[in-house]
Amino acid sequence: MCLGIPGEVIELLPDRPDLAKVDVSGVKRSINIGLLENEPLAPGDWILIHVGFALSKIDEQEAKAALDFLEGIGQAYADELAALQDSRIE
Amino acid sequence: MRFVDEFRDADVAQALAAQIIDLCEPGRQYKFMEVCGGHTHTIYKHGLEDYLPANITLVHGPGCPVCVIPMGRVDDAIHLAEQPDVIMTSFGDMMRVPGGRGSFFDSKAAGADIRMVYSPLDSLKIARQNPDKRVVFMAIGFETTAPSSAMTVLRAAAEGIDNFSIFCNHVTIIPAIKAILDSPDLRLDGFIGPGHVSTVIGCRPYEFIARDYGKPLVCAGFEPLDILQSVYMLLKQLAEDRCEVENQYTRVVPWNGNLKALQVIGQVMELRPYFEWRGLGFISHSALKVRDEYSDFDAERLFDVPGVRVADPKACQCGEVLKGVLKPWECKVFGTACTPETPIGTCMVSSEGACAAYYNFGRFSRERVKEATRT
Repeated sequence: MCLGIPGEVIELLPDRPDLAKVDVSGVKRSINIGLLENEPLAPGDWILIHVGFALSKIDEQEAKAALDFLEGIGQAYADELAALQDSRIE
Repeated sequence: MRFVDEFRDADVAQALAAQIIDLCEPGRQYKFMEVCGGHTHTIYKHGLEDYLPANITLVHGPGCPVCVIPMGRVDDAIHLAEQPDVIMTSFGDMMRVPGGRGSFFDSKAAGADIRMVYSPLDSLKIARQNPDKRVVFMAIGFETTAPSSAMTVLRAAAEGIDNFSIFCNHVTIIPAIKAILDSPDLRLDGFIGPGHVSTVIGCRPYEFIARDYGKPLVCAGFEPLDILQSVYMLLKQLAEDRCEVENQYTRVVPWNGNLKALQVIGQVMELRPYFEWRGLGFISHSALKVRDEYSDFDAERLFDVPGVRVADPKACQCGEVLKGVLKPWECKVFGTACTPETPIGTCMVSSEGACAAYYNFGRFSRERVKEATRT
């Protein structure tokens, strides 16, 4: 819950400007991007996600570092990904 | 220096460690608090304490939102979950946290409809799909998750969803740091500031720590090198007689935070006069409640919440651990009566709790240190 997880934006949704399709370690889900309204996003951008919301835009290198950190954490990240797998944000 | 091979860049780590040793004043003891549970995790995972010189101690702070939830609030939440037609929704981290009458898991086993969600927006979706039920979201966390709860309330209001509410337990980090600074138990030389909370609040709210308390603070990232570099930056400030707020984690943390996130928190929530923290007691203006304008989405107003107060179990020393007074292994029940499988205290429940982090990782690195010093 407290973990910020990096994801790559794969698609913006023209009819839902507050959502984006994001790939998190292979799991593709909708993420709310309403808190980044002053930072335009494009496919290929990386974001740091907390509980379904993008909190900041990050560069790819930071995303990789954050993923390494999370993978090292083990179970907590596995739980977070499993929870994300069940998520169906609209 | 056995652990160098675990760092991503061993040369940089080694150079930093040497510079850290150079900066230490001979004979002086340094005590730095890492506020955030994520940092505690990195420190134990990589055995960083054993890597730093012996006169530097890292103490663990209160920055684990699951750990600071008092037992009475868990009982209140379970009471809500047991009301007719209620679906309680919660992050997975919260499910095993024990209250005075058990946990969400216990209550679920006894028949309450409690569901794990990834996001408050998933909880809102459950409300849409179950118009004849009352869906409550157990809102917990520091400023990292508060904007998400606020955004979800705004969305519910915009859509006119009238069967969704939040049980608001959001806490704010600054008053907790202030409580620790005011506590007579602990003398600190500086703070390793939280990374993700600072993404939202920025670095400015910490300025009073340098200005009024004369302690440096460095906002830090989560890599082992980030933490070593932050220790280096703190020592450098002390060596140069400076006392400032610095940002080591500039690649993620903007100095002014996320203004939109702060704005939505302020729109939906306001500070409570006081709130109880596990182990730290009541702290003024340290938590958020739903504003009057959004009272239709406030479980505390829609339901009769008993307001239970439960003293922590006598054997539990989470309070001392959360304040950094005790190390996890110094607690009387650590690893014996209290384990991640059967936690007595919250610090053993959350993966970011100091006790769970130490139980899972720290013990091994200590054993490895012993091994390394033998060879």
